Amino acid sequence: MTQQANPAAALTLAEKVWNNHLVAKGENGSPDLLYIDLHLVHEVTSPQAFDGLRLAGRPVRRPDLTIATEDHNTPTLDIDKPIADPVSRTQIEALRHNAKEFGIRLHSLGDANQGIVHVVGPQLGLTMPGITVVCGDSHTSTHGAFGALAMGIGTSEVEHVLATQTLPLTPFKTMAINVEGKLRPGVTAKDIILAVIAKIGTGGGQGFVLEYRGSAIRELSMEARMTICNMSIEAGARAGMVAPDQITYDYLEGRPHSPSGADWDAAVAYWNTLPSDADAVFDAEVFLDANTLDPFVTWGTNPGQGVSLLDSVPDPATMTDPNERAAAERALEYMDLKAGTPMREIRVDTVFLGSCTNSRIEDLRAAAEIIEGQTKAQGLRMLVVPGSAKIRLQAEAEGLDKVFKDFGAEWRFAGCSMCLGMNPDQLAVGERAASTSNRNFEGRQGKGSRTHLVSPVVAAATAIRGTLASPADLPAQKASN
Amino acid sequence: MEKFEVFSGVGVPLRRSNVDTDQIIPAVFLKRITKTGFEDALFSAWRNDPTFILNQPAYKAGQVLVAGPDFGTGSSREHAVWALRDYGFKAVLSSKFADIFRGNAGKQGLVAGVISEADTERLWAAIEANPGVSITINLIDRTASLGEIVIPFEIDDYTRWRLLEGLDDIGLTLRDEQAITDFEAKRESWRPKTLPAKGV
Ligand code: SF4
Repeated sequence: MTQQANPAAALTLAEKVWNNHLVAKGENGSPDLLYIDLHLVHEVTSPQAFDGLRLAGRPVRRPDLTIATEDHNTPTLDIDKPIADPVSRTQIEALRHNAKEFGIRLHSLGDANQGIVHVVGPQLGLTMPGITVVCGDSHTSTHGAFGALAMGIGTSEVEHVLATQTLPLTPFKTMAINVEGKLRPGVTAKDIILAVIAKIGTGGGQGFVLEYRGSAIRELSMEARMTICNMSIEAGARAGMVAPDQITYDYLEGRPHSPSGADWDAAVAYWNTLPSDADAVFDAEVFLDANTLDPFVTWGTNPGQGVSLLDSVPDPATMTDPNERAAAERALEYMDLKAGTPMREIRVDTVFLGSCTNSRIEDLRAAAEIIEGQTKAQGLRMLVVPGSAKIRLQAEAEGLDKVFKDFGAEWRFAGCSMCLGMNPDQLAVGERAASTSNRNFEGRQGKGSRTHLVSPVVAAATAIRGTLASPADLPAQKASN
Repeated sequence: MEKFEVFSGVGVPLRRSNVDTDQIIPAVFLKRITKTGFEDALFSAWRNDPTFILNQPAYKAGQVLVAGPDFGTGSSREHAVWALRDYGFKAVLSSKFADIFRGNAGKQGLVAGVISEADTERLWAAIEANPGVSITINLIDRTASLGEIVIPFEIDDYTRWRLLEGLDDIGLTLRDEQAITDFEAKRESWRPKTLPAKGV
């Protein structure tokens, strides 16, 4: 962050937002103190933070910049009944109690704005360009799609933000991810980010804030940009961002908490200054050609272990880096896959459409369009879990629920669901899923679970064929998707 | 966090090395939702053994732990420090601490003082000769004393300063409270506010 020595220098988007939130500059290598505009809270990482406040007799400094929802532990069936698992129930009850005691707005199970924390913020218009957003959850990077600096934090930091509305942070490096060209039909934002992670590796973004740029990114909808930024953390990055533009403004205008009137004009005037200066220098740059990109899927147990759907399971013996080879061997054993198997021959038991990566209305529409009038593969289970109660209602208003139900999929209530094994939606030992979520770690979707990360359209095509597939693999009338 | 200057409490000779955080507090206790109340969890596996040091009446009210080298290794869980603190410990002396444990201790007001191995032996012998005896921890001049024995301990300047001033991370930030308030006064009205709630 050399610009701090010379404020007139050309700056990147991330540096501009950082500088705009500087409360105190760190001296002698100590961190800078940054102001936090928006603090999102959920039940898993907050109880000890609130208890810490109680212990020290401290209030929440800005309840009006804080919002909570229930997502990780919530069931997606029978939401009117008490939560069966005692640990889950205790965490949810603790959040309800803490929200009341500290005066924090909470969207509980059953409320129209309940849902995955990273879906709820943008939906309400609280996430906007040029702000700082934190949450005790690594996928907070999602909000960077608006041109916000959004970071996941730990429980001690949650307590720190609750008490002070600031966070001591050490400066980062910047990386430009340039994606130029036009995506082919059936290729989506999810494929871009899986390809980026496969290219730079799960540690490739360490210490960096990524900025996704280029003509392919400019064309993406806000929801698609969120899908990309969501997975920045899977490349090890501190955050991921996209510069705000007309698409951002159109998405924001008229949402419940978006600025209006003179505030809107002032905001847009400021937001227009945010994109990286033409001569700004990034510490690193990566290039990806959108024109040649295929649907991407993972074969291993970390999000960087991915290939084109048209490829085969890679052979560890051909890998030169010994660590990479050992990791691949372990992953293939865990995933029960043989090197050389075409990805499109891998049979899955379950298809999960959901998570903060791909549970928004466009994701549901894209999948519904493909499965409409088709038959689900025999014996396959499909779970469709909207990211928020609002999205569920909207999808029902559009008749999407009916498409999913007619197809034989289960239409569920909003939450993190099968993204992680913390609520009743889990895979059985050895079960294999095509999942639109963001992590294919060992045991992530339940003990012994096997996960292939895919886009919503690949998920839909897979549910029809029973093996990993893209819309192009389906009979002619649907291949045009 | 309370200020720490000079403190006297019952010394406990823990004649073990490599006490990792899993021994200090087993993983089953990590499911809790509070930051306090971990006193029962401290060394919980060892406390099933009636001969364990903390089960001996003279040491039950221990507040200064004298342990073997490599104390606090393993998982980074902050709970290890919470458990020691909740039990009543104010200081731990050892010839070597795991870095993360030492960092966590400083944040929670627990003094982690580094002493030599020879001094560890001297303290153990002196305590065992007189079970229940108090050790005085003087953070101002960085010494631990027991009767005639006065030994120096090491603690880094920054942590010592924070403990003397009683500043946890939040307390430290709140020294900039005026700067935060000034920043808030300039915060533009278009920026997000969650209250009053809209769209519900
Ligand atoms: S959907 Fe998955 S990744 Fe997103 S917040 Fe929930 S558990 Fe985390």
